[in-house]
Amino acid sequence: MATRARVLIRPKEGILDPQGKAVERALPALGFEGIEHVRVGRMVELEAEDPERLAELCEKLLANPLIEDFEIVKL
Amino acid sequence: MIWGVIQFPGSCDERDALQACELLGEARMVWHEERDLGGVDAALVPGGFSYGDYLRAGAIARFSPAMEAVARLAASGAPVLGICNGFQVLCEAGLLPGALLRNEQLRFVHRQVELVDDRGERLSIPVKHGEGRFWAPEEMLDEIEANGQVAYRYAPGQNPNGSSRDIAGVRNEAGNVLGLMPHPEHAVDPLTGSTDGLHIFRRLLALANA
Repeated sequence: MATRARVLIRPKEGILDPQGKAVERALPALGFEGIEHVRVGRMVELEAEDPERLAELCEKLLANPLIEDFEIVKL
Repeated sequence: MIWGVIQFPGSCDERDALQACELLGEARMVWHEERDLGGVDAALVPGGFSYGDYLRAGAIARFSPAMEAVARLAASGAPVLGICNGFQVLCEAGLLPGALLRNEQLRFVHRQVELVDDRGERLSIPVKHGEGRFWAPEEMLDEIEANGQVAYRYAPGQNPNGSSRDIAGVRNEAGNVLGLMPHPEHAVDPLTGSTDGLHIFRRLLALANA
């Protein structure tokens, strides 16, 4: 029975995220005030036969550990 | 001297790269599925959008059979040059320090820029990229500066993408692996305005003792 999981990948704290900034700047024009610190990341859903190896897979491929943090959420 | 130019699905600068290499010796194209580079003396990982740049630029290309061969060639001390997407691939493969992030202004930039090399020489080379912002943690930046690994910087005021410390290109500690965002292979013929790209190839060959 495969395990379903969701991997959340986000830019590391302190790294400029221009996508987040662009989203943030667009919000006031749409009437959304008071939204701050927007960060845009990635979400990967997968099914794994061996969930023990998910962290390794994230470090090797899904995320670049130098610039991104990841979080594995088992569903 | 025989250069191998690695061609991935989605590469787009491999023909210019091949022509540039032919000005310096022989050159042949190597398909990404090749496990053996066929006795080449140097490798060039060209620009483009390898494997569609899915996930992150260069992230999937680094696992190709040809890249494993490039890593072995790099370990042997042979010259390896990564340009633009090729630079991203070499960073993802851990052959060079740092990473390349989305340009600070989010725009694709394409223009001629002035570079300054580590000896203070100025070169005119084109850039064309959307994800060329060189980034590394501060301590890593200090370390590569101290080791003389910062090969090229954008001239003052010309940083097109927000790269840390104006860094345009870095080399490994041994000096035989070089990656840069600007495109020396597009600056080898007077027809395109500058032949400064050849200096970049020659300097790499000198440092790698090739």
